[in-house]
Amino acid sequence: MRQTIRLKVNGVERQGEVEPRTLLVHFLRDGLNLTGTHVGCDTGQCGACTVLLNGDAVKSCMVLAVQADGAEVRTVEGLAVGDAYHPIQQAFWDLHGLQCGFCTPGMIMAAVGILKRNPNPSDEEIREQLEGNLCRCTGYQNIVAAVRKAASDMQGQPAAQPVGASAAGGASGE
Amino acid sequence: MYATDFAYHAPASLREVVALLQQGDPNGGEVKVLAGGQSLIPLLKLRMAAPAALVDLRNVAELRGISEEGDGVVIGAATTYFQTIDSPVVQRRCPLLVQAISQVGDPQVRARGTVGGSLAHADPAGDLPAVAVALDAELRAVGPNGQRTIAAKDFFVDLLTTSLDPAEVLTAVKFAATDRPHTGTSYQKHRHPASGYAVVGVAAVVMLNDDGTVQAARIGVTGAGAHAARASGVEQAIAGKTLDDATLTSAVASVTDGMELMSDTYASSEYRAHLARVLTKRALLDAAARAR
Amino acid sequence: MAATSMIGAAVKRREDPRFITGHGQYTDDIKLPGMVHMAILRSPYAHARIKSIDTSKAKAMAGVRAVYTGKDLEGKVGNMPPVFIIPDANFKTPAYPVIAIDTVRYTGDQVAVVVADSPAIARDALDQIDVDYEPLPVVVNEEEAVKPGAPQLHSDVPDNVLFHWKIAGGDPDAAFQNAEVVIKERFIQQRLIPNAMEPRSAVARWDPGTGELTIWHTTQNPHITRFVFSLLNGIPENKIRVISRDVGGGFGSKIDTYPSDVVAIFATRDLGLPVKWVEDRRENFVGTIHGRAQTQEAELAATRDGKITGVRVKSYANMGAYTSTGPAAGVPTWLFGLVVPGAYTIPNAQIEVIGAMTNTTPTSAYRGAGRPEASYLIERMVDRLAGELGMDPVELRRKNLIPADAFPYTSATGLVYDSGNYQAALDKALAMVGYDSFRQEQRQQRQQGKYVGIGFSTYMECCGLAPSRLMDDIGFQAGQWEVGTVRLLATGKAIVLTGTSPHGQGEETTFAQIVSDKLGLPIEDIEVVHGDTGAISMGWGTYGSRGNAVGGSAVYLATEKVLEKSKKLAAHLLEAAPEDIVAENGKFFVAGSPGKSFSIQDIALQANLAWNLPDGMAPGLEENSFFDPLNFVFPFGTHICVAEVDAETGETKILRYIAVDDCGVVINPTIVDGQIHGGIAQGIGQALYEHAIYDENGNLITGSMMDYVVPNARQIPFMELDRTVTPAPQTPHGAKGIGEAGTIASTQAVVNAVVDALAPLGIKNLDMPLTPERVWHAIQQARGGSNGH
Repeated sequence: MRQTIRLKVNGVERQGEVEPRTLLVHFLRDGLNLTGTHVGCDTGQCGACTVLLNGDAVKSCMVLAVQADGAEVRTVEGLAVGDAYHPIQQAFWDLHGLQCGFCTPGMIMAAVGILKRNPNPSDEEIREQLEGNLCRCTGYQNIVAAVRKAASDMQGQPAAQPVGASAAGGASGE
Repeated sequence: MYATDFAYHAPASLREVVALLQQGDPNGGEVKVLAGGQSLIPLLKLRMAAPAALVDLRNVAELRGISEEGDGVVIGAATTYFQTIDSPVVQRRCPLLVQAISQVGDPQVRARGTVGGSLAHADPAGDLPAVAVALDAELRAVGPNGQRTIAAKDFFVDLLTTSLDPAEVLTAVKFAATDRPHTGTSYQKHRHPASGYAVVGVAAVVMLNDDGTVQAARIGVTGAGAHAARASGVEQAIAGKTLDDATLTSAVASVTDGMELMSDTYASSEYRAHLARVLTKRALLDAAARAR
Repeated sequence: MAATSMIGAAVKRREDPRFITGHGQYTDDIKLPGMVHMAILRSPYAHARIKSIDTSKAKAMAGVRAVYTGKDLEGKVGNMPPVFIIPDANFKTPAYPVIAIDTVRYTGDQVAVVVADSPAIARDALDQIDVDYEPLPVVVNEEEAVKPGAPQLHSDVPDNVLFHWKIAGGDPDAAFQNAEVVIKERFIQQRLIPNAMEPRSAVARWDPGTGELTIWHTTQNPHITRFVFSLLNGIPENKIRVISRDVGGGFGSKIDTYPSDVVAIFATRDLGLPVKWVEDRRENFVGTIHGRAQTQEAELAATRDGKITGVRVKSYANMGAYTSTGPAAGVPTWLFGLVVPGAYTIPNAQIEVIGAMTNTTPTSAYRGAGRPEASYLIERMVDRLAGELGMDPVELRRKNLIPADAFPYTSATGLVYDSGNYQAALDKALAMVGYDSFRQEQRQQRQQGKYVGIGFSTYMECCGLAPSRLMDDIGFQAGQWEVGTVRLLATGKAIVLTGTSPHGQGEETTFAQIVSDKLGLPIEDIEVVHGDTGAISMGWGTYGSRGNAVGGSAVYLATEKVLEKSKKLAAHLLEAAPEDIVAENGKFFVAGSPGKSFSIQDIALQANLAWNLPDGMAPGLEENSFFDPLNFVFPFGTHICVAEVDAETGETKILRYIAVDDCGVVINPTIVDGQIHGGIAQGIGQALYEHAIYDENGNLITGSMMDYVVPNARQIPFMELDRTVTPAPQTPHGAKGIGEAGTIASTQAVVNAVVDALAPLGIKNLDMPLTPERVWHAIQQARGGSNGH
């Protein structure tokens, strides 16, 4: 019993036919060919599938595609603005916040969510807030440093906010 | 990970939700309510749940929102964790909810997960059930026979089991406000290192007399037994007393009385009981410190 | 830009732009027209006879293309072969069919395979296969398995003893007879699960026109898997192309060739359609190799003044239900035993290992592979001895560390340690932690009821696998050399080919740095290609900290050859003698006349055009270098952990973590530090969190990320890093390996710290992981009471 869903992904209206059991991550990867969003586990621990859903970082393996009908989704492919990387992407590159790269898209999208709610987190807060994203390569040291650097870069240049995050960007974080 | 397939409904009103639940599945399959999905969807993927149909609450606006009601705060069942802890009303009147919810899962889970979903799922290691017990929550449900209210202490029946009927849906939860003089709250949790669930979690509300003795306390414990429960023995043992070490040590000895203690490879029942005692002590001391 | 200072430069990684934008290409990202999907039915029993399998319902489902059982494949594909066949150890080779035929031997053993139009249909079909099992007795523990009367796994492996291996050096018996002090300890190296973030997967495509097989798959060594596929699937090696461009971590688990991949290849040939298989995480927990899993009895002999005179070890290694097609039996034998004496002048050593078959997932190499087990053993024993003698653990170490002037140093097990200055690393780490005042502070903290301890690990390790001619002696059915190719195109751009297969190690950057440094080419003009047997002639892969030590050496030598040829061509163009040519920052000129020069780009163009070459010079500018190391490389260092135990709950908190490592010459310090960070995190994981637990029926209880702790950002502390540099004398660039050192060094630093914290209670040893409950129980026991709060 397939259902039609319509959603805005990285700013573009998309439509698809899905079984109700189809996970959002599978719809993104298989239906829309946005393979930057990864699947690393099946119990919701690893966070490799993290995307922004209506501005919030969520695990797209814990959302049914039908639940995202009418929603706005942003994936790692939609984070850079033109040729300019998002400050978080840039900081991950600058500070060697990745090795094999598999957890990286989810890590970056989670970081977008973290900084949206708390634009100036301490290292300890970053570590706490990254609990839902596992990395087996980096020992997290450079990931934490990258998020911290991105936070300070973004405070210097608020205009670099991604389109998806900016809509709800001021809603919280007090 | 692929779930078994199911029918999916996303009605716009509570009336339709109840009707769908009441109708059930023509082939006798299970019809389940889908709220934030942060507990249910993993179970579907692992095929540990295989419902015939899901009724999604996401379009039911009347299930969301936060309001003040007399001596309490009412939170719509489909209100997310983030919406809850971001609410100035909740922050002011029920800081225990903020402290506990901030320790639920991870930010992604807190963005999607809902207050009602957590309580209705009744995970024995969930954080919110302990808080519901400590904040004397009233759980409001609607079913084919209309509305009813269930006290938190009567709501959690067993492992993943509540006193809701299959065709009932949780609509809102009223938590007792604690923004009163000489009242403090605390949630203390031993976090499972992998799942993030509470191996043991203790939520405490402490009301002090002017002289610093305990006027009354309410304590909810999760993780230790098959369902969240109130530690009435401890509450009585500290009433009227100063929370010194001797009083606390003797009082918390009874915290798991009447509980059927869980045991797993991470924590034996013996260790869980010990944690319950330690965390109860810490929660009471922290709550009392905030009450002063 | 190009510069002569590329070695040691913190160059940002060249692979990162594709990863931070979501454009990496992992195997699961591959989609081919007409592709069908495979799913595997795995045994719910740890040991059972398969009485019957009924696949008819599954086969009848719409969208199901095929269902295969073990019987369907019998005779059509080969059995999974062992790769490490330990000599002189009575090594057994029980049959390991790709799909179980009549017996399943571990939970997760492959029972049947479905191929269907979608992954969801394939998964649905698994539920429609009826298997009638007759459960058999189960044994999961390595010591129990080799006892008389234990359930037998294979009829041709009596007493479940896969091998019995022993080495000795010096006169260990005499050392123990004459010892003034002997201490004994039992260590359990708990079973760990590698949990690379990317699950394993494969996309296999058979081209019936050419008879060629292309397989994209998650491997650390595409050329080895090509060989195995050729052998098992009966396809000529030159008709197979294995591609593993982006691989999401391995940590040893993607060295092995797995039955799943062999079946995917069978299926694509059988169906004439591309076949994709993607493991889910729950499958990964049971279907991908595990690591460690040893029980060790260790003894140390010493004089009363703290000179260690001998070490003796008897270890039971849990090999699981089959010998996996990977390093497997080599891990608890050679890779473990040779380094047991560690960084110390221990003249007498004996190591005996019994490989036990059990009803569990096969074990093989997990980061460090054998060396963490050895390093843990010796570093814990040194601390135990210090406690026994009432000596400071640092003082005891100083007394026994191999002195800097003793290199090359031949160990009791016959290794020749290449270079080192162990005291220098120790001194640096001690200064960082402020050891001079630590003990005084510790005394004060103890008076306040705080349990704070310090743990040392003055580790060494042996990596950069390895001299090929040694492989025959130790029974590894492979070579261990590498080939590097450096090719300059007419436009002055370079392609570098390596047979190593990085999957997070950053060699697209480090190897480009090596080439850039030598040729003066801008680094952005150098493309490092790996993970494609269609492009790269040969290679043995990335593991054993060999990427740079062996693969980088080959690239280095190939670059030197390109430089030599470039100089000759420059000499010809400048009408000078080759020996008079100077190459500097990408310019070639006659010594003393830098005014007239040719750039490396000019040379590349001229070489490729070949209009004006000196007599006898072949066209093109491309060189290969085959590098077979003369020896292993021997990184070392000192790790120090400061930890506090909450005696009330048993929780451990790491207060400081200090690491001073020496991996010889550093090509890229940022990447080296990253490798150390990740390595330490995995070592801390073993010390505090990770444990694969089987119940007595052989069910993996910790079979998901809900139960098995893959450490998160809260659980890993900030790490303070520094280094010393002692060049490797036997690699051309002086670099050693660094991929595993952090893991090899760290576990015992943490455990030593916790044991030190609890020393006032008389606690001398704790089994890993140091879970709060375990520590709490130990404290309770030490206090001799049950008053836990």
